[in-house]
Amino acid sequence: MLLIKCPWCGYRDQSEFSAQGEAHIARPVNPHELSEEQWGDYLFFRKNPKGVHYERWVHSHGCRRWFNVIRNTATDHIHATYRPDEPVPEFSDEETDQPA
Amino acid sequence: MKKQINRLEHDARLNRRKSIRFWFDNRAYEGYEGDTLASALLANGVHLVGRSFKYHRPRGIYTAGSEEPNALVQLEEKAYTEPNRRATEIEIYEGLIAHSQNCWPSCKLDIGIVNSWFSRILPAGFYYKTFMWPASFWMIYEKYIRKAAGLGRSPAEPDPHFYDKTYAHCDVLVIGGGPAGIQAAIAAGQTGCRVILADEKSEFGGMLLSENMLINGMPCHEWIESKTAELKTMSNIVLLNRTTVTGYYDYNFLVANQRVSEHLGPRVSVNSPKERLWKIRARQVVMATGAIERPLVFGDNDRPGIMLASAIRTYINRYSTLPGKNCVILTNNDSAYHAALDIADEGGQVSIIDVRTNPAGAMADSAASRGIRILANSTVAGVGYSRGRLRYLEAMELSDDGLEAVGKKQKLPCDLVGISGGWNPTIHLFSQSRGKLKFNENHHCFLAGRPSQDNPVILAGSCQATWFSRECMEEGHAAGCEAAKRAGFSADQQFDGVKTGQLEYSPQRPLWILPGGHPIGQGKTKHFHELHNDATIGDIHLAVREGYESVEHLKRYTTTGMGTDQGKTSNLNALAALSETRNLPIPELGVTTFRPPYTPLTMGSIVGHDCGDLFHQKRKTPMHPWHDQAHAVYEDVGDWKRPRYFSLGNEAMHAAVQRECRQVRQTGGLLDASTLGKIDLQGKDTRWLLNMLYTNAWDKLEIGRCRYGLMLNEHGMIFDDGVTTRIGENHYHMTTTTGGAVRVMSWIEEWLQTEWPNLEVYATSVTEQWAVASLSGPNAAEVLQELTDIPLDEESFPFMSMREGRVADIPARVFRISFTGELSYEINVPARHGLVLWEQLMESGRKFDICPYGTESMHVLRAEKGFIIVGQDTDGTVTPMDLGMDWIVSRKKQDFLGKRSFDRTDTSRSGRKQLVGLLTEDPEFVLPEGAHVVSELKSSPPMNMLGHVTSSYRSPNVGRSIAMALLKDGFNLKGQTLNVPLMNGTTQRVTVTDPVFLTGQ
Ligand SMILES: [Zn+2]
Repeated sequence: MLLIKCPWCGYRDQSEFSAQGEAHIARPVNPHELSEEQWGDYLFFRKNPKGVHYERWVHSHGCRRWFNVIRNTATDHIHATYRPDEPVPEFSDEETDQPA
Repeated sequence: MKKQINRLEHDARLNRRKSIRFWFDNRAYEGYEGDTLASALLANGVHLVGRSFKYHRPRGIYTAGSEEPNALVQLEEKAYTEPNRRATEIEIYEGLIAHSQNCWPSCKLDIGIVNSWFSRILPAGFYYKTFMWPASFWMIYEKYIRKAAGLGRSPAEPDPHFYDKTYAHCDVLVIGGGPAGIQAAIAAGQTGCRVILADEKSEFGGMLLSENMLINGMPCHEWIESKTAELKTMSNIVLLNRTTVTGYYDYNFLVANQRVSEHLGPRVSVNSPKERLWKIRARQVVMATGAIERPLVFGDNDRPGIMLASAIRTYINRYSTLPGKNCVILTNNDSAYHAALDIADEGGQVSIIDVRTNPAGAMADSAASRGIRILANSTVAGVGYSRGRLRYLEAMELSDDGLEAVGKKQKLPCDLVGISGGWNPTIHLFSQSRGKLKFNENHHCFLAGRPSQDNPVILAGSCQATWFSRECMEEGHAAGCEAAKRAGFSADQQFDGVKTGQLEYSPQRPLWILPGGHPIGQGKTKHFHELHNDATIGDIHLAVREGYESVEHLKRYTTTGMGTDQGKTSNLNALAALSETRNLPIPELGVTTFRPPYTPLTMGSIVGHDCGDLFHQKRKTPMHPWHDQAHAVYEDVGDWKRPRYFSLGNEAMHAAVQRECRQVRQTGGLLDASTLGKIDLQGKDTRWLLNMLYTNAWDKLEIGRCRYGLMLNEHGMIFDDGVTTRIGENHYHMTTTTGGAVRVMSWIEEWLQTEWPNLEVYATSVTEQWAVASLSGPNAAEVLQELTDIPLDEESFPFMSMREGRVADIPARVFRISFTGELSYEINVPARHGLVLWEQLMESGRKFDICPYGTESMHVLRAEKGFIIVGQDTDGTVTPMDLGMDWIVSRKKQDFLGKRSFDRTDTSRSGRKQLVGLLTEDPEFVLPEGAHVVSELKSSPPMNMLGHVTSSYRSPNVGRSIAMALLKDGFNLKGQTLNVPLMNGTTQRVTVTDPVFLTGQ
């Protein structure tokens, strides 16, 4: 079970959270101006990498806040977590958000 | 009662003052407090304890611990019974009852032994192939095979015990309470950090419990006692004995099972759980899990009386039992010489068969000086077994390459054989944590390689092939300090070191599958590498011949390592055999990953308290006590218990629903609508948000007015509906479906937090803060007027508006909205007044003939009016247009969630499924919901399906059955007659209509 650092509550068990898919997909400002393909891309197409993935999580059984997680899908190594209003943090492969 | 013929003089770890009587296979025996079932049986001279899984061969006790593959028993009887319990782990208690397994009619005379005679038709892959054959074949033989195979019986009665679950956090978790683990826990504990020390045995000490060595001149058992006492004085250390760490998951999350009161037996009434499941999040983990001795494989190596050499040591030194008088030790290494020395010390006869060409060094000298006979460079060519007893071994010399037995057979009479092929570090948990295993050529075993976790586990002691207690303690101390340091504590204490008198070991000979008189796989003898599932080296040869040569395939084909012991004593020997057969070194074969649990968990432990009434939460409305008294029959809606109908007298559901529906339209009815989702929305941007969430326009909604809305996802599909009311300038009260309350709340939060964080909107779930009584019917106004000062005339309180005031002297919000099509008031009061409100309304309603009604009637009443239920008449593929609800979709708004998807090719095409009404040819026939509608009837499926029935009822107010359906191009089918084929083979003809069956109010 992952140990995830909620930016507001700190480290909590994975069972308190729910995963909400790829992060940083902005809703188009003028959907009606988009082509069928562009709208389809926003609706349906998501990355599915083996490796570093930027994803949204929500602390559903805690503070109910949404935030972003940088997680390696192959190792479950979490590089960083950050609030939606924070810039995407830099990270190195070695870095981890885990407490000692 | 038999005498304990194999009991020794010394006390060992037993309480000799307390003898305990127990029953095995209906015979009474005696043992002592501290015995396991295995040690007590051996002390009583019982070697034969069960029959094997496949061939029903007689089997005995093979180990002294949780790695036991053989001695599985049925513990206790009736509701208390448990199958597959290891005799080596069961602590005996007064009155214990155990039975052998796989035996019919009895352990000594077993009918299933025919499996043994027919073993040629039960080769490896037998079950596998049986599954692959035509299914009919399996159906015929399954029950016989299952009966013959079996592995104990599950209890048929409910479990009378209770079980507990607990969560724990610690700085350092130490797994294993042997010499390394004890020192690690003490070292970490001295830094002040929070430590948990867990060990699967009844007391700490690990392998030292099986020893008789001196530590600093003190008998090692005294050393254990002094260290355990020291641990107990340290308040920051949680000591968990009888606790097996069974799972090691991501981020140092571990699961451990504590057997709390099992050792007292089921007949002792204790106010504590039988077992407790620990879920531990550790900042650092120290594994001091020790090692398990590896057997040598030879022909008929499964005979009772043959066991691991280390097990003999455990029975002598811990349990004061020498399981035989005349012993042979068969080994490829020095550690087993200790067993020979211990046997000699206790006055037993012993000789050693050593596969090494020239065993030399301190251990060999020590044995020789005691007059113990050593047969060097030798193998076992035969096993003599008769009348339930081991009789002799036949020894032969090994050829130069070690692949054949040569020379003359030598008969060694014996009743006990101890075998040792070296040791396998217990690294199962490391593997579970996704650490990589590496084969070590010096120690001839797998060791922990690269860890995968962020806070890598620290290993200490025999689990990393450190064989001597002195070094194990040093490593344990260092590991405890390191773990505490990593957890942020300062740990600089020195380790004083200990003095032990252990002798150095000479190298082992990595020869584990011993040649005998016949080539392996030929002749009558079997070479079992896997005792639990009866898998032989011959099976491995067969598997490779048939192409199952990868480790993963071999495992499944031969069932090696797939027993409840997970192959703790068999995996490496299987690899060795595979390596020999394929002529590849072991490291190139790979190894399978160990999976949790390390030892089996009971279902009770996994379930804990989450059973019976505590299995799932029940949400009840404030009016629930009234419903109970009124004989409500409940329906689960999400977690809510909602009255489905109120039974009068002996009324069944159909009669009750017909009565309730009629009465609501004739006089009036009261529905508990408290479960509706309610969200309080405040802030200056709320109106903007509502315009995005709903398809219709919200700009002109005045204070005190209500509006119905449909909520879509971005695909343009309906996912919820409800009425939202403007309470104040920037204050709204939103209602959702009962089942959709959480989803809608999350939906709103998602947009507010991730997409439009600058909006000033505060959303608060108030579902449980308001109790709601929905009063509906022609007499609704009269009933309500008796209890309120709110003017109810049409002009001051029109349809789709809300008034605040007092109802039954309770502050209330009254909404004039309707889901029945009748005049309706939804009366909202603070939840704590809900019951009083309900009672007052029922009281006031009595003279107006008001009845309480449930969800089933609500469904019928709304269907009569053609109102949809989201999730019943829609399924996530339905747009407002598909329902004929174009009127609720704003054409002026440039954007709302889902709007853009209306223009998608698939959403805008013609011929989509659309909501229509259906009237059956037989007006009394009620279509089953979910039934398929077809245009053209064929004699058998497939038929061209147009869609399915979504709602279907007998409507008392329409006077016939009514139904709704989603049909392809449904709007254009109105007036046509279609067919609904039914499960019983008949067909009902239906006419497509408008979904509104009752017009006018
Ligand atoms: Zn949080």
